[in-house]
Amino acid sequence: MIRFDNISKRYPGTQDALSQLSFHLHKGEMAFLTGHSGAGKSTFLKLIALLERPSRGQLFIDGQNLTRVPRRKIPYVRRQMGIIFQDHRLLFDRTVFDNVALPLIISGYARQDIERRVRASLDMVGLLGKETQFPITLSGGEQQRVGIARAIVHKPSLLLADEPTGNLDPALSWEIMGLFEQFNQVGVSVLIASHDLDMISRLPYRVLKLKQGHLVGDGYPRGTRP
Amino acid sequence: MRPEKGARQGPGRERQNIGASRGARHSGLRGYFTLHLSMSIQSLGRLVRSPFATLMTAAVIGIALALPTGLHVLLDNLQRAGGDWDGAAQVSLFLKPHVDEDRALALADRLRQRGDILSVHYISPDQALEEFQSQSGFGEVLESLSQNPLPGVLVLQPRLATDKPDRAEILMTNLERLPEVELAQLDMQWLKRLFAILDTVERGVMIVAILLGVAVLLIVGNTIRLAIENRRDEILITKLIGATNAFIRRPFLYYGIWYGLFGGLLALILVDTSIILLQEPVARLTGLYGSNYRLGLLDLELSATVIGGGILLGLLGSWIAVGRHLSRIEPR
Ligand SMILES: Nc1ncnc2c1ncn2[C@@H]1O[C@H](COP(=O)(O)OP(=O)(O)OP(=O)(O)O)[C@@H](O)[C@H]1O
Ligand SMILES: [Mg+2]
Repeated sequence: MIRFDNISKRYPGTQDALSQLSFHLHKGEMAFLTGHSGAGKSTFLKLIALLERPSRGQLFIDGQNLTRVPRRKIPYVRRQMGIIFQDHRLLFDRTVFDNVALPLIISGYARQDIERRVRASLDMVGLLGKETQFPITLSGGEQQRVGIARAIVHKPSLLLADEPTGNLDPALSWEIMGLFEQFNQVGVSVLIASHDLDMISRLPYRVLKLKQGHLVGDGYPRGTRP
Repeated sequence: MRPEKGARQGPGRERQNIGASRGARHSGLRGYFTLHLSMSIQSLGRLVRSPFATLMTAAVIGIALALPTGLHVLLDNLQRAGGDWDGAAQVSLFLKPHVDEDRALALADRLRQRGDILSVHYISPDQALEEFQSQSGFGEVLESLSQNPLPGVLVLQPRLATDKPDRAEILMTNLERLPEVELAQLDMQWLKRLFAILDTVERGVMIVAILLGVAVLLIVGNTIRLAIENRRDEILITKLIGATNAFIRRPFLYYGIWYGLFGGLLALILVDTSIILLQEPVARLTGLYGSNYRLGLLDLELSATVIGGGILLGLLGSWIAVGRHLSRIEPR
Protein backbone atom coordinates (compact mmCIF):
# COMPACT_ATOMS: atom_id res chain seq x y z
CA MET A 1 0.00 0.00 0.00
CA ILE A 2 2.68 2.48 1.06
CA ARG A 3 6.33 1.96 0.26
CA PHE A 4 9.15 4.29 1.30
CA ASP A 5 12.32 3.70 -0.61
CA ASN A 6 15.28 5.46 0.99
CA ILE A 7 13.28 8.57 1.69
CA SER A 8 14.92 11.67 3.06
CA LYS A 9 13.24 14.96 3.79
CA ARG A 10 15.05 18.12 4.58
CA TYR A 11 13.25 21.39 5.23
CA PRO A 12 15.12 24.40 3.96
CA GLY A 13 17.79 25.47 6.41
CA THR A 14 17.57 22.51 8.78
CA GLN A 15 18.96 19.04 9.21
CA ASP A 16 17.15 16.11 7.70
CA ALA A 17 13.73 15.77 9.30
CA LEU A 18 13.69 12.24 7.90
CA SER A 19 16.76 10.42 6.69
CA GLN A 20 16.97 7.38 4.47
CA LEU A 21 13.76 5.79 5.54
CA SER A 22 12.62 2.56 3.98
CA PHE A 23 9.49 0.75 4.96
CA HIS A 24 6.46 -0.96 3.53
CA LEU A 25 2.91 -0.88 4.83
CA HIS A 26 0.92 -3.72 3.33
CA LYS A 27 -2.55 -3.44 1.96
CA GLY A 28 -5.04 -3.74 4.77
CA GLU A 29 -2.40 -3.36 7.45
CA MET A 30 -2.71 -1.13 10.47
CA ALA A 31 0.37 0.45 12.05
CA PHE A 32 1.41 3.07 14.56
CA LEU A 33 4.09 5.68 14.15
CA THR A 34 5.72 6.81 17.38
CA GLY A 35 8.63 8.89 18.48
CA HIS A 36 9.45 11.96 20.49
CA SER A 37 8.28 15.35 19.55
CA GLY A 38 10.22 16.48 16.53
CA ALA A 39 11.13 12.94 15.53
CA GLY A 40 9.47 13.41 12.17
CA LYS A 41 6.06 11.74 12.54
CA SER A 42 4.07 14.54 11.00
CA THR A 43 6.61 14.92 8.23
CA PHE A 44 6.24 11.22 7.52
CA LEU A 45 2.47 11.53 7.08
CA LYS A 46 2.75 14.75 5.11
CA LEU A 47 4.94 13.03 2.56
CA ILE A 48 2.27 10.41 2.02
CA ALA A 49 -0.46 13.04 1.69
CA LEU A 50 1.74 14.98 -0.73
CA LEU A 51 1.72 17.97 1.59
CA GLU A 52 5.48 17.82 1.36
CA ARG A 53 7.65 16.28 -1.30
CA PRO A 54 10.64 14.09 -0.36
CA SER A 55 14.09 15.55 -0.88
CA ARG A 56 15.47 12.18 -1.90
CA GLY A 57 14.18 8.66 -2.43
CA GLN A 58 11.05 7.18 -3.93
CA LEU A 59 7.59 6.94 -2.46
CA PHE A 60 4.95 4.56 -3.78
CA ILE A 61 1.28 4.26 -2.99
CA ASP A 62 -0.59 1.38 -4.54
CA GLY A 63 2.34 0.90 -6.89
CA GLN A 64 2.23 4.48 -8.13
CA ASN A 65 5.32 6.57 -7.75
CA LEU A 66 4.24 9.66 -5.83
CA THR A 67 7.47 11.48 -6.54
CA ARG A 68 6.37 11.66 -10.15
CA VAL A 69 2.82 12.90 -9.57
CA PRO A 70 2.44 16.33 -11.17
CA ARG A 71 0.95 19.14 -9.13
CA ARG A 72 -2.38 19.16 -10.83
CA LYS A 73 -2.87 15.46 -10.10
CA ILE A 74 -2.24 15.83 -6.39
CA PRO A 75 -5.93 16.36 -5.53
CA TYR A 76 -6.80 13.02 -7.06
CA VAL A 77 -4.13 11.31 -4.96
CA ARG A 78 -5.46 12.92 -1.81
CA ARG A 79 -8.96 11.76 -2.57
CA GLN A 80 -7.78 8.18 -2.29
CA MET A 81 -6.97 8.66 1.34
CA GLY A 82 -8.71 9.84 4.44
CA ILE A 83 -6.65 12.20 6.53
CA ILE A 84 -7.38 12.98 10.15
CA PHE A 85 -5.69 15.99 11.63
CA GLN A 86 -4.78 16.60 15.21
CA ASP A 87 -6.40 20.04 15.07
CA HIS A 88 -9.52 18.66 13.34
CA ARG A 89 -9.40 21.19 10.52
CA LEU A 90 -13.15 21.58 10.41
CA LEU A 91 -15.03 24.40 8.75
CA PHE A 92 -16.63 26.26 11.60
CA ASP A 93 -19.14 28.11 9.51
CA ARG A 94 -20.61 24.89 8.15
CA THR A 95 -22.81 22.34 9.80
CA VAL A 96 -21.56 18.91 10.77
CA PHE A 97 -23.35 17.52 7.74
CA ASP A 98 -21.69 19.94 5.35
CA ASN A 99 -18.28 19.28 6.88
CA VAL A 100 -18.59 15.57 6.44
CA ALA A 101 -20.06 15.95 2.96
CA LEU A 102 -17.09 18.00 1.73
CA PRO A 103 -15.02 15.15 0.24
CA LEU A 104 -18.09 13.94 -1.64
CA ILE A 105 -18.95 17.39 -2.94
CA ILE A 106 -15.39 17.84 -4.11
CA SER A 107 -15.65 14.63 -6.07
CA GLY A 108 -19.00 15.60 -7.51
CA TYR A 109 -21.25 12.98 -5.96
CA ALA A 110 -24.97 13.24 -6.58
CA ARG A 111 -27.12 14.78 -3.87
CA GLN A 112 -28.93 11.62 -2.75
CA ASP A 113 -25.68 9.73 -2.64
CA ILE A 114 -24.14 12.40 -0.45
CA GLU A 115 -27.03 12.31 1.99
CA ARG A 116 -26.85 8.55 2.34
CA ARG A 117 -23.10 8.35 2.77
CA VAL A 118 -22.86 11.21 5.22
CA ARG A 119 -25.49 9.62 7.43
CA ALA A 120 -23.77 6.27 7.30
CA SER A 121 -20.48 7.91 8.17
CA LEU A 122 -21.92 9.92 11.05
CA ASP A 123 -23.65 6.81 12.29
CA MET A 124 -20.31 5.03 12.45
CA VAL A 125 -18.74 7.67 14.66
CA GLY A 126 -21.89 7.93 16.77
CA LEU A 127 -22.90 11.42 15.75
CA LEU A 128 -26.12 10.71 13.93
CA GLY A 129 -28.59 13.36 14.98
CA LYS A 130 -26.00 16.15 15.15
CA GLU A 131 -25.97 16.86 11.41
CA THR A 132 -27.41 20.33 11.67
CA GLN A 133 -25.18 21.47 14.54
CA PHE A 134 -22.14 23.61 14.03
CA PRO A 135 -18.74 22.24 15.09
CA ILE A 136 -18.34 24.98 17.68
CA THR A 137 -21.25 23.52 19.65
CA LEU A 138 -19.52 20.14 19.90
CA SER A 139 -17.01 18.87 22.44
CA GLY A 140 -13.41 18.28 21.45
CA GLY A 141 -13.98 14.56 21.15
CA GLU A 142 -17.07 15.08 19.04
CA GLN A 143 -15.19 17.45 16.77
CA GLN A 144 -12.49 14.86 16.38
CA ARG A 145 -15.14 12.34 15.42
CA VAL A 146 -16.57 14.74 12.84
CA GLY A 147 -13.06 14.86 11.40
CA ILE A 148 -12.98 11.08 11.32
CA ALA A 149 -16.39 10.87 9.70
CA ARG A 150 -15.15 13.27 7.02
CA ALA A 151 -12.04 11.17 6.49
CA ILE A 152 -13.99 7.97 5.90
CA VAL A 153 -17.09 9.23 4.12
CA HIS A 154 -15.64 8.61 0.66
CA LYS A 155 -14.42 5.16 1.67
CA PRO A 156 -10.73 5.66 1.16
CA SER A 157 -8.42 2.70 0.96
CA LEU A 158 -5.88 4.39 3.20
CA LEU A 159 -6.46 6.24 6.43
CA LEU A 160 -3.81 8.56 7.86
CA ALA A 161 -4.19 10.02 11.34
CA ASP A 162 -1.88 12.51 13.05
CA GLU A 163 -2.30 12.28 16.83
CA PRO A 164 -5.98 11.47 16.58
CA THR A 165 -6.25 10.98 20.32
CA GLY A 166 -3.94 13.86 21.15
CA ASN A 167 -5.87 15.50 23.93
CA LEU A 168 -8.75 13.18 24.53
CA ASP A 169 -9.47 11.35 27.75
CA PRO A 170 -8.57 7.63 27.83
CA ALA A 171 -12.14 6.41 27.38
CA LEU A 172 -12.62 8.53 24.29
CA SER A 173 -9.19 7.57 22.99
CA TRP A 174 -10.11 3.91 23.17
CA GLU A 175 -13.40 4.56 21.49
CA ILE A 176 -11.70 6.30 18.59
CA MET A 177 -9.08 3.60 18.38
CA GLY A 178 -11.95 1.14 18.16
CA LEU A 179 -13.23 3.02 15.14
CA PHE A 180 -9.88 2.70 13.41
CA GLU A 181 -9.87 -1.00 14.12
CA GLN A 182 -13.29 -1.29 12.54
CA PHE A 183 -12.13 0.38 9.36
CA ASN A 184 -9.07 -1.80 9.32
CA GLN A 185 -11.27 -4.85 9.62
CA VAL A 186 -13.06 -3.97 6.40
CA GLY A 187 -9.76 -3.73 4.59
CA VAL A 188 -8.69 -0.12 4.98
CA SER A 189 -4.97 0.39 5.51
CA VAL A 190 -4.43 2.56 8.57
CA LEU A 191 -1.38 4.54 9.68
CA ILE A 192 -1.59 6.44 12.96
CA ALA A 193 1.00 8.80 14.40
CA SER A 194 0.66 8.80 18.16
CA HIS A 195 2.37 9.65 21.41
CA ASP A 196 0.14 7.38 23.38
CA LEU A 197 2.66 4.63 24.10
CA ASP A 198 0.47 3.11 26.76
CA MET A 199 -2.35 2.45 24.37
CA ILE A 200 -0.10 1.39 21.52
CA SER A 201 1.63 -1.19 23.70
CA ARG A 202 -1.68 -2.82 24.43
CA LEU A 203 -2.75 -3.20 20.84
CA PRO A 204 -1.59 -5.94 18.53
CA TYR A 205 -0.44 -3.70 15.71
CA ARG A 206 2.85 -2.98 14.08
CA VAL A 207 4.75 -0.08 15.63
CA LEU A 208 7.26 2.08 13.77
CA LYS A 209 9.54 4.09 15.98
CA LEU A 210 11.17 7.26 14.74
CA LYS A 211 14.09 8.98 16.38
CA GLN A 212 15.49 12.18 14.95
CA GLY A 213 14.31 11.23 11.53
CA HIS A 214 15.64 7.69 11.61
CA LEU A 215 13.56 4.55 11.76
CA VAL A 216 14.85 2.91 14.93
CA GLY A 217 12.18 0.34 15.56
CA ASP A 218 9.73 -1.73 13.54
CA GLY A 219 7.87 -4.52 15.30
CA TYR A 220 4.97 -5.56 17.49
CA PRO A 221 4.52 -4.78 21.18
CA ARG A 222 5.67 -7.59 23.44
CA GLY A 223 3.06 -10.30 23.91
CA THR A 224 0.73 -8.90 21.29
CA ARG A 225 2.24 -10.43 18.18
CA PRO A 226 -0.78 -12.06 16.52
CA MET B 1 -21.57 1.07 15.62
CA ARG B 2 -20.73 -1.33 12.88
CA PRO B 3 -18.67 -0.65 9.84
CA GLU B 4 -20.79 0.31 6.93
CA LYS B 5 -21.66 -2.64 4.79
CA GLY B 6 -20.07 -2.72 1.41
CA ALA B 7 -17.24 -0.45 2.33
CA ARG B 8 -15.02 -2.54 0.15
CA GLN B 9 -17.02 -1.66 -2.91
CA GLY B 10 -16.51 2.05 -2.45
CA PRO B 11 -15.09 4.23 -5.17
CA GLY B 12 -11.66 3.86 -3.63
CA ARG B 13 -11.77 0.21 -4.61
CA GLU B 14 -12.85 0.77 -8.15
CA ARG B 15 -9.97 3.04 -8.88
CA GLN B 16 -6.80 1.41 -7.81
CA ASN B 17 -4.57 3.56 -9.88
CA ILE B 18 -4.22 6.62 -7.74
CA GLY B 19 -4.20 9.89 -9.55
CA ALA B 20 -5.72 8.50 -12.68
CA SER B 21 -9.29 9.12 -11.67
CA ARG B 22 -11.44 12.08 -12.43
CA GLY B 23 -13.86 12.69 -9.65
CA ALA B 24 -17.01 13.68 -11.44
CA ARG B 25 -19.91 11.45 -10.54
CA HIS B 26 -22.36 13.81 -12.17
CA SER B 27 -22.42 12.29 -15.58
CA GLY B 28 -23.52 13.91 -18.80
CA LEU B 29 -24.45 17.40 -19.74
CA ARG B 30 -27.42 17.53 -17.43
CA GLY B 31 -25.33 16.60 -14.45
CA TYR B 32 -22.84 19.26 -15.40
CA PHE B 33 -25.52 21.91 -15.55
CA THR B 34 -27.10 20.77 -12.31
CA LEU B 35 -23.72 21.02 -10.62
CA HIS B 36 -23.06 24.50 -11.94
CA LEU B 37 -26.56 25.68 -11.19
CA SER B 38 -26.32 24.55 -7.59
CA MET B 39 -22.85 26.08 -7.23
CA SER B 40 -23.95 29.40 -8.67
CA ILE B 41 -26.94 29.46 -6.36
CA GLN B 42 -24.69 28.66 -3.41
CA SER B 43 -22.44 31.60 -4.28
CA LEU B 44 -25.49 33.79 -4.65
CA GLY B 45 -26.66 32.63 -1.23
CA ARG B 46 -23.35 33.66 0.29
CA LEU B 47 -23.55 37.09 -1.31
CA VAL B 48 -27.12 37.58 -0.17
CA ARG B 49 -26.12 36.72 3.38
CA SER B 50 -24.04 39.90 3.49
CA PRO B 51 -26.40 42.17 1.58
CA PHE B 52 -24.77 45.45 2.51
CA ALA B 53 -21.30 44.57 1.31
CA THR B 54 -22.73 42.98 -1.83
CA LEU B 55 -24.85 46.00 -2.57
CA MET B 56 -21.90 48.33 -2.07
CA THR B 57 -19.77 46.47 -4.56
CA ALA B 58 -22.64 46.15 -7.00
CA ALA B 59 -23.37 49.88 -6.63
CA VAL B 60 -19.81 50.85 -7.45
CA ILE B 61 -19.85 48.59 -10.48
CA GLY B 62 -23.30 49.89 -11.41
CA ILE B 63 -22.19 53.51 -11.30
CA ALA B 64 -19.04 52.72 -13.24
CA LEU B 65 -21.13 51.06 -15.93
CA ALA B 66 -23.90 53.65 -15.85
CA LEU B 67 -21.60 56.57 -16.57
CA PRO B 68 -20.41 55.57 -20.04
CA THR B 69 -23.81 54.08 -20.82
CA GLY B 70 -25.54 57.33 -19.91
CA LEU B 71 -23.08 59.37 -21.93
CA HIS B 72 -23.53 57.07 -24.86
CA VAL B 73 -27.29 57.41 -24.68
CA LEU B 74 -26.99 61.17 -24.47
CA LEU B 75 -24.75 61.30 -27.51
CA ASP B 76 -26.91 58.93 -29.45
CA ASN B 77 -29.94 61.06 -28.73
CA LEU B 78 -28.14 64.26 -29.67
CA GLN B 79 -27.09 62.73 -32.93
CA ARG B 80 -30.58 61.60 -33.74
CA ALA B 81 -32.17 64.79 -32.54
CA GLY B 82 -29.61 66.77 -34.54
CA GLY B 83 -30.75 64.99 -37.66
CA ASP B 84 -34.28 65.84 -36.72
CA TRP B 85 -33.82 69.56 -36.42
CA ASP B 86 -34.93 70.78 -39.84
CA GLY B 87 -35.14 74.21 -38.30
CA ALA B 88 -31.40 74.20 -38.13
CA ALA B 89 -30.90 73.98 -41.86
CA GLN B 90 -31.26 77.09 -43.97
CA VAL B 91 -31.22 77.59 -47.68
CA SER B 92 -30.19 80.95 -49.01
CA LEU B 93 -31.41 81.69 -52.52
CA PHE B 94 -29.32 84.48 -54.04
CA LEU B 95 -31.43 86.13 -56.68
CA LYS B 96 -30.21 87.41 -60.01
CA PRO B 97 -29.49 91.16 -60.02
CA HIS B 98 -32.35 92.06 -62.31
CA VAL B 99 -34.96 90.44 -60.11
CA ASP B 100 -36.78 93.24 -58.37
CA GLU B 101 -38.66 93.21 -55.09
CA ASP B 102 -42.07 92.37 -56.61
CA ARG B 103 -40.75 89.38 -58.46
CA ALA B 104 -38.89 88.25 -55.43
CA LEU B 105 -42.00 88.42 -53.26
CA ALA B 106 -44.02 86.61 -55.89
CA LEU B 107 -41.42 83.88 -55.96
CA ALA B 108 -41.53 83.72 -52.17
CA ASP B 109 -45.28 83.20 -52.33
CA ARG B 110 -44.88 80.40 -54.83
CA LEU B 111 -42.25 78.72 -52.75
CA ARG B 112 -44.44 78.86 -49.66
CA GLN B 113 -46.92 76.64 -51.48
CA ARG B 114 -44.44 73.81 -51.67
CA GLY B 115 -44.67 70.98 -49.18
CA ASP B 116 -40.96 70.70 -48.62
CA ILE B 117 -40.50 74.28 -47.53
CA LEU B 118 -41.52 75.49 -44.13
CA SER B 119 -40.99 79.21 -44.40
CA VAL B 120 -39.61 81.85 -46.74
CA HIS B 121 -38.20 85.16 -45.74
CA TYR B 122 -37.12 87.89 -48.17
CA ILE B 123 -34.09 90.09 -47.59
CA SER B 124 -33.88 92.98 -49.99
CA PRO B 125 -30.49 94.18 -51.28
CA ASP B 126 -30.77 97.28 -49.08
CA GLN B 127 -31.50 95.26 -45.98
CA ALA B 128 -28.68 92.94 -46.84
CA LEU B 129 -26.31 95.84 -47.24
CA GLU B 130 -27.33 97.31 -43.92
CA GLU B 131 -26.84 94.01 -42.17
CA PHE B 132 -23.53 93.48 -43.87
CA GLN B 133 -22.29 96.94 -42.96
CA SER B 134 -23.19 96.57 -39.33
CA GLN B 135 -21.69 93.12 -39.05
CA SER B 136 -18.66 92.96 -41.27
CA GLY B 137 -16.61 96.03 -40.56
CA PHE B 138 -16.32 96.66 -44.30
CA GLY B 139 -18.87 99.41 -43.78
CA GLU B 140 -16.71 102.22 -45.12
CA VAL B 141 -15.55 100.32 -48.13
CA LEU B 142 -19.12 99.48 -48.98
CA GLU B 143 -20.24 103.05 -48.48
CA SER B 144 -17.69 104.22 -50.99
CA LEU B 145 -19.31 102.03 -53.64
CA SER B 146 -21.71 103.87 -55.86
CA GLN B 147 -23.95 100.90 -56.30
CA ASN B 148 -25.18 98.22 -53.92
CA PRO B 149 -23.40 95.06 -55.07
CA LEU B 150 -25.54 92.71 -52.99
CA PRO B 151 -28.39 90.71 -54.52
CA GLY B 152 -31.73 90.08 -52.94
CA VAL B 153 -31.90 86.90 -50.93
CA LEU B 154 -34.70 84.52 -50.08
CA VAL B 155 -34.02 82.59 -46.90
CA LEU B 156 -35.89 79.28 -46.77
CA GLN B 157 -36.36 76.73 -44.10
CA PRO B 158 -36.63 73.37 -45.79
CA ARG B 159 -38.43 70.47 -44.25
CA LEU B 160 -35.70 67.86 -44.25
CA ALA B 161 -36.41 64.30 -43.41
CA THR B 162 -33.43 62.62 -41.81
CA ASP B 163 -34.27 59.29 -43.30
CA LYS B 164 -34.08 60.70 -46.84
CA PRO B 165 -30.92 62.74 -47.04
CA ASP B 166 -31.01 62.99 -50.84
CA ARG B 167 -34.24 64.95 -50.59
CA ALA B 168 -32.18 67.97 -49.67
CA GLU B 169 -30.11 67.56 -52.82
CA ILE B 170 -33.17 67.27 -54.99
CA LEU B 171 -34.66 70.37 -53.41
CA MET B 172 -31.43 72.25 -54.01
CA THR B 173 -31.23 71.36 -57.70
CA ASN B 174 -34.91 72.27 -58.10
CA LEU B 175 -34.31 75.64 -56.55
CA GLU B 176 -31.24 76.37 -58.61
CA ARG B 177 -33.19 75.75 -61.80
CA LEU B 178 -35.59 78.58 -61.00
CA PRO B 179 -35.02 81.41 -63.48
CA GLU B 180 -34.84 84.07 -60.76
CA VAL B 181 -32.17 82.25 -58.82
CA GLU B 182 -28.48 82.80 -59.25
CA LEU B 183 -27.26 80.50 -56.51
CA ALA B 184 -28.81 78.24 -53.87
CA GLN B 185 -26.79 77.57 -50.78
CA LEU B 186 -27.63 75.02 -48.13
CA ASP B 187 -26.29 76.28 -44.86
CA MET B 188 -25.81 73.41 -42.46
CA GLN B 189 -22.48 74.59 -41.19
CA TRP B 190 -23.32 74.59 -37.53
CA LEU B 191 -25.02 71.24 -37.77
CA LYS B 192 -21.85 69.85 -39.31
CA ARG B 193 -19.88 71.37 -36.50
CA LEU B 194 -22.22 69.81 -34.00
CA PHE B 195 -21.68 66.43 -35.53
CA ALA B 196 -17.93 66.93 -35.53
CA ILE B 197 -18.13 67.84 -31.85
CA LEU B 198 -20.28 64.82 -31.16
CA ASP B 199 -17.75 62.60 -32.91
CA THR B 200 -15.04 63.97 -30.67
CA VAL B 201 -17.16 63.53 -27.59
CA GLU B 202 -17.94 60.00 -28.70
CA ARG B 203 -14.24 59.20 -28.73
CA GLY B 204 -14.03 60.69 -25.25
CA VAL B 205 -16.91 58.54 -24.04
CA MET B 206 -15.12 55.51 -25.41
CA ILE B 207 -12.03 56.36 -23.41
CA VAL B 208 -14.12 56.94 -20.30
CA ALA B 209 -15.81 53.58 -20.90
CA ILE B 210 -12.48 51.80 -21.16
CA LEU B 211 -11.14 53.47 -18.02
CA LEU B 212 -14.27 52.66 -16.06
CA GLY B 213 -14.18 49.11 -17.41
CA VAL B 214 -10.69 48.77 -16.00
CA ALA B 215 -12.01 50.25 -12.75
CA VAL B 216 -14.70 47.58 -12.64
CA LEU B 217 -12.04 44.92 -13.15
CA LEU B 218 -10.05 46.32 -10.25
CA ILE B 219 -13.08 46.61 -8.00
CA VAL B 220 -14.18 43.05 -8.67
CA GLY B 221 -10.60 41.83 -8.41
CA ASN B 222 -10.13 43.46 -5.04
CA THR B 223 -13.47 42.23 -3.73
CA ILE B 224 -12.64 38.71 -4.79
CA ARG B 225 -9.19 38.99 -3.26
CA LEU B 226 -10.82 39.87 0.06
CA ALA B 227 -13.26 37.00 -0.30
CA ILE B 228 -10.36 34.65 -0.91
CA GLU B 229 -8.56 35.99 2.16
CA ASN B 230 -11.71 35.55 4.22
CA ARG B 231 -12.08 31.97 3.15
CA ARG B 232 -8.43 31.10 3.42
CA ASP B 233 -8.98 28.36 5.99
CA GLU B 234 -11.72 26.87 3.94
CA ILE B 235 -9.55 26.85 0.84
CA LEU B 236 -6.72 25.22 2.77
CA ILE B 237 -8.97 22.54 4.16
CA THR B 238 -10.68 21.76 0.89
CA LYS B 239 -7.31 21.54 -0.83
CA LEU B 240 -6.16 19.28 1.95
CA ILE B 241 -8.91 16.81 1.30
CA GLY B 242 -8.40 16.75 -2.43
CA ALA B 243 -10.19 19.68 -4.04
CA THR B 244 -8.86 20.62 -7.44
CA ASN B 245 -7.99 24.21 -8.23
CA ALA B 246 -10.92 24.31 -10.61
CA PHE B 247 -13.27 23.37 -7.80
CA ILE B 248 -11.88 26.03 -5.48
CA ARG B 249 -11.88 28.64 -8.22
CA ARG B 250 -15.51 28.11 -9.17
CA PRO B 251 -17.39 29.88 -6.37
CA PHE B 252 -15.17 32.94 -6.75
CA LEU B 253 -15.81 33.07 -10.47
CA TYR B 254 -19.50 32.90 -9.70
CA TYR B 255 -19.08 35.79 -7.30
CA GLY B 256 -17.62 37.78 -10.17
CA ILE B 257 -20.50 36.85 -12.43
CA TRP B 258 -23.09 37.81 -9.83
CA TYR B 259 -21.38 41.10 -9.04
CA GLY B 260 -21.26 41.87 -12.75
CA LEU B 261 -24.91 40.99 -13.20
CA PHE B 262 -26.04 43.07 -10.22
CA GLY B 263 -23.85 45.95 -11.31
CA GLY B 264 -25.24 45.76 -14.84
CA LEU B 265 -28.82 45.72 -13.61
CA LEU B 266 -28.12 48.63 -11.33
CA ALA B 267 -26.56 50.55 -14.20
CA LEU B 268 -29.72 49.98 -16.26
CA ILE B 269 -31.87 51.23 -13.42
CA LEU B 270 -29.68 54.31 -12.97
CA VAL B 271 -29.62 55.19 -16.67
CA ASP B 272 -33.32 54.53 -17.26
CA THR B 273 -34.27 56.53 -14.19
CA SER B 274 -32.14 59.42 -15.39
CA ILE B 275 -33.74 59.24 -18.81
CA ILE B 276 -37.21 59.33 -17.29
CA LEU B 277 -36.21 62.35 -15.23
CA LEU B 278 -34.84 64.06 -18.34
CA GLN B 279 -37.68 63.21 -20.68
CA GLU B 280 -39.92 66.14 -19.83
CA PRO B 281 -37.35 68.93 -19.89
CA VAL B 282 -35.87 67.52 -23.09
CA ALA B 283 -39.28 67.44 -24.70
CA ARG B 284 -39.72 71.08 -23.74
CA LEU B 285 -36.30 71.96 -25.09
CA THR B 286 -36.76 70.22 -28.42
CA GLY B 287 -40.21 71.71 -28.60
CA LEU B 288 -38.57 75.12 -28.64
CA TYR B 289 -36.75 74.05 -31.78
CA GLY B 290 -39.97 72.95 -33.39
CA SER B 291 -39.21 69.31 -32.95
CA ASN B 292 -41.21 66.70 -31.14
CA TYR B 293 -38.20 64.60 -30.40
CA ARG B 294 -38.46 62.50 -27.24
CA LEU B 295 -35.79 60.74 -25.20
CA GLY B 296 -36.29 56.99 -25.34
CA LEU B 297 -35.39 54.41 -22.69
CA LEU B 298 -32.52 52.00 -23.33
CA ASP B 299 -33.41 49.57 -26.04
CA LEU B 300 -33.09 45.82 -25.64
CA GLU B 301 -29.78 45.59 -27.44
CA LEU B 302 -28.07 48.23 -25.37
CA SER B 303 -29.55 46.83 -22.15
CA ALA B 304 -28.23 43.39 -23.06
CA THR B 305 -24.84 44.88 -23.85
CA VAL B 306 -24.65 46.62 -20.48
CA ILE B 307 -25.60 43.48 -18.57
CA GLY B 308 -23.41 41.25 -20.71
CA GLY B 309 -20.53 43.67 -20.35
CA GLY B 310 -21.01 43.75 -16.58
CA ILE B 311 -20.99 39.96 -16.36
CA LEU B 312 -17.95 39.72 -18.61
CA LEU B 313 -16.02 42.28 -16.59
CA GLY B 314 -17.03 40.62 -13.33
CA LEU B 315 -15.91 37.23 -14.57
CA LEU B 316 -12.66 38.61 -15.93
CA GLY B 317 -11.91 40.53 -12.72
CA SER B 318 -12.51 37.50 -10.54
CA TRP B 319 -10.51 35.32 -12.93
CA ILE B 320 -7.52 37.61 -12.58
CA ALA B 321 -7.86 37.78 -8.78
CA VAL B 322 -8.26 34.04 -8.46
CA GLY B 323 -5.28 33.39 -10.69
CA ARG B 324 -3.11 35.69 -8.63
CA HIS B 325 -4.17 34.77 -5.13
CA LEU B 326 -5.47 31.22 -5.07
CA SER B 327 -2.25 29.46 -5.99
CA ARG B 328 -0.50 31.14 -3.06
CA ILE B 329 -2.68 29.27 -0.61
CA GLU B 330 -1.18 25.81 -0.29
CA PRO B 331 -1.69 23.50 2.66
CA ARG B 332 1.34 22.46 4.67
N1 LIG C 1 7.70 23.45 7.72
C1 LIG C 1 8.87 23.17 8.36
N2 LIG C 1 9.93 23.93 8.13
C2 LIG C 1 11.12 23.66 8.73
N3 LIG C 1 11.29 22.66 9.58
C3 LIG C 1 10.25 21.87 9.85
C4 LIG C 1 8.97 22.09 9.26
N4 LIG C 1 8.12 21.14 9.70
C5 LIG C 1 8.83 20.38 10.55
N5 LIG C 1 10.09 20.79 10.64
C6 LIG C 1 11.15 20.17 11.44
O1 LIG C 1 11.22 18.79 11.11
C7 LIG C 1 11.38 18.02 12.26
C8 LIG C 1 10.28 16.98 12.37
O2 LIG C 1 9.06 17.63 12.56
P1 LIG C 1 7.68 16.87 12.67
O3 LIG C 1 6.62 17.88 12.69
O4 LIG C 1 7.62 15.86 11.61
O5 LIG C 1 7.81 16.20 14.08
P2 LIG C 1 6.75 15.33 14.88
O6 LIG C 1 7.36 14.01 15.13
O7 LIG C 1 5.44 15.35 14.20
O8 LIG C 1 6.66 16.14 16.23
P3 LIG C 1 5.39 16.31 17.20
O9 LIG C 1 5.22 15.07 17.95
O10 LIG C 1 5.77 17.46 18.07
O11 LIG C 1 4.21 16.65 16.34
C9 LIG C 1 11.40 18.98 13.44
O12 LIG C 1 12.76 19.17 13.81
C10 LIG C 1 10.83 20.25 12.90
O13 LIG C 1 11.46 21.37 13.49
MG1 LIG D 1 3.53 16.16 14.64
